[in-house]
Amino acid sequence: MKILVCISHVPDTTSKINFTENDTKFDSNGVQFVINPYDEFALTRAMWFKEKQAASITVITVGDATTEPTLRKALAIGADNAIRVNATATDGFAVAKELAAVVKNDTYDLILAGKESIDYNGGMVPGMLAGLLDYNFVNACIGLEIEGEEATVSREIDGGKEVLSCNLPLIIAGQKGLVEEKDLRIPNMRGIMMARKKPLTIVEPTASDTATKSTSFEKPAAKSACKLIDADNVDELINLLHNEAKVI
Amino acid sequence: MSVLVLAETSEGKFKKSTFEVTSYGKKVAEQLDTNLVVLAINATENETLYKYGAEKVLNVSDEALATFNAKTVANIVKQAAEKEKSTVVIIDSNANGLYLAPLVAVNLNAGFASNVISLPSSTSPFVVKRKAFSSKAFNNCEISTEVKVIALAKNSYGVFENEVSGTTESFSPEIASSNLTSESIEQTTGTVTIADADIVVSGGRGLKGPENWGMVEELAAILGAATACSKPVSDLGWRPHSEHVGQTGKPVAANLYIAIGISGAIQHLAGINSSKVKVVINTDAEAPFFKAADYGIVGDAFEVIPTLIEKLKEFKAINA
Ligand SMILES: Cc1cc2nc3c(=O)[nH]c(=O)nc-3n(C[C@H](O)[C@H](O)[C@H](O)COP(=O)(O)OP(=O)(O)OC[C@H]3O[C@@H](n4cnc5c(N)ncnc54)[C@H](O)[C@@H]3O)c2cc1C
Repeated sequence: MKILVCISHVPDTTSKINFTENDTKFDSNGVQFVINPYDEFALTRAMWFKEKQAASITVITVGDATTEPTLRKALAIGADNAIRVNATATDGFAVAKELAAVVKNDTYDLILAGKESIDYNGGMVPGMLAGLLDYNFVNACIGLEIEGEEATVSREIDGGKEVLSCNLPLIIAGQKGLVEEKDLRIPNMRGIMMARKKPLTIVEPTASDTATKSTSFEKPAAKSACKLIDADNVDELINLLHNEAKVI
Repeated sequence: MSVLVLAETSEGKFKKSTFEVTSYGKKVAEQLDTNLVVLAINATENETLYKYGAEKVLNVSDEALATFNAKTVANIVKQAAEKEKSTVVIIDSNANGLYLAPLVAVNLNAGFASNVISLPSSTSPFVVKRKAFSSKAFNNCEISTEVKVIALAKNSYGVFENEVSGTTESFSPEIASSNLTSESIEQTTGTVTIADADIVVSGGRGLKGPENWGMVEELAAILGAATACSKPVSDLGWRPHSEHVGQTGKPVAANLYIAIGISGAIQHLAGINSSKVKVVINTDAEAPFFKAADYGIVGDAFEVIPTLIEKLKEFKAINA
């Protein structure tokens, strides 16, 4: 089984979010970039298929050269090879088109991605990729088993879950549940050494048009101070929630 | 030209969020000087949508659509958008909506903006404001394609009445087949989901163990609220993953979010920041949550919550 894992290179969850150039660009100064947390679940599930079902794993990102350490980290965790499409990811549709071009060239049985990236939170690349390739697609995936050509997939629905079945090829957009948090992999020394020698191919973009563009960013308005209520005066909290905030 | 909204139903009834997307769609249609069309699948009360501005309801009634299939529904949305010459398609941010929206965008070769929180600030160019960086910032996004697809963030716009004399037209699209088969659906009934809840009561590691969640559940029941938790609480298996809220869990955009024994780590706050009113109850006055909250009690949850439950019972008895 050939697996492709789509990796997004995102600011670490503790990053201070600031903008430059008149609030048009994300300020990456001093920001640590990591594998998108949702993609880590996908990559870990892929590792399970590699170890138990002899699958091969390619990781891919659409991004400039600064994203390479993130791909190397995925290789250190255990992916076999990496592809970087040499384009700045600005629009989800354009990213999906670049990924689709790679997959059309070299097919995969299973494509795993995270359900959204924690920077732009677009939540569109996996679904669009599935639409462009006409692959089966399951969003918000919380469980995936594969037996030969057949997949059993669970997805989270509002207030529950749905179990689906289909044949490969399949694209899933994963989240926690696909694997457990405690099973997430961190690269070890040997993995890091081996990753240096694993192939990282750079592919030139097909220069798709963009469908959307970010024109500017804004930060949330400063919040007014928290009103403290004495622990012995719970009535006052109820009063404020009822009469001031009007939420109960 | 038209604006198309996809309605979400649950057992034939529209969800509250459908009234929100319809209210929003009506305003977008006014901005574009055109009409609002709502696509409703196996719905029974189409007339209720007129109240929120639906000039036309396209009603699809088909047994084959009883179980949701993203590809099939995305294909129906495409057919409806083409028939109605829609230039803007608006979808609700529930689990099914977020599943099918990217497929609709591909079908219509349309740019897609998710997490949208306000009306277009301009329609030419077409620019909408959306949440980004897990609600730590907003992003103004220009959609340049002829057709635009928008997923409206929950509870970001509100429900507004705008009565029109609408009509319902029966619509029989081609039903495309899908290779995905739904095997089973497990849904908890009787409890409020985090996505639909107006009030969310959330517990953190400060509650010490799963055996102490009785008071969280009781508080939630009195308020008609959903229960939620911080990430370590679900990682420890005290509560199900589906309750994990925050940057890497579910987003919460409730009217009221009550955090009990939660420190307020940046990743937690990122996910719940879109809630309108936040209350924190924590023994530690220095907990970062107090900087993000509107109301706070520095105190022991094991004393404050039982009292709050008693007082709320009295309050509800009077204000029911
Ligand atoms: C990549 C990444 C992603 C993450 N994503 C998320 C996420 O999506 N959601 C999330 O929640 N976290 C997330 N985290 C974890 C986050 O950093 C915090 O560790 C977590 O939110 C802390 O949970 P907590 O507040 O329940 O526990 P703690 O930080 O342990 O806080 C417990 C609090 O309870 C208080 N307390 C103790 N006893 C009492 C009492 N009797 N009464 C009242 N208060 C009491 C304490 O004062 C303390 O403030 C993420 C972390 C990483 C690295």
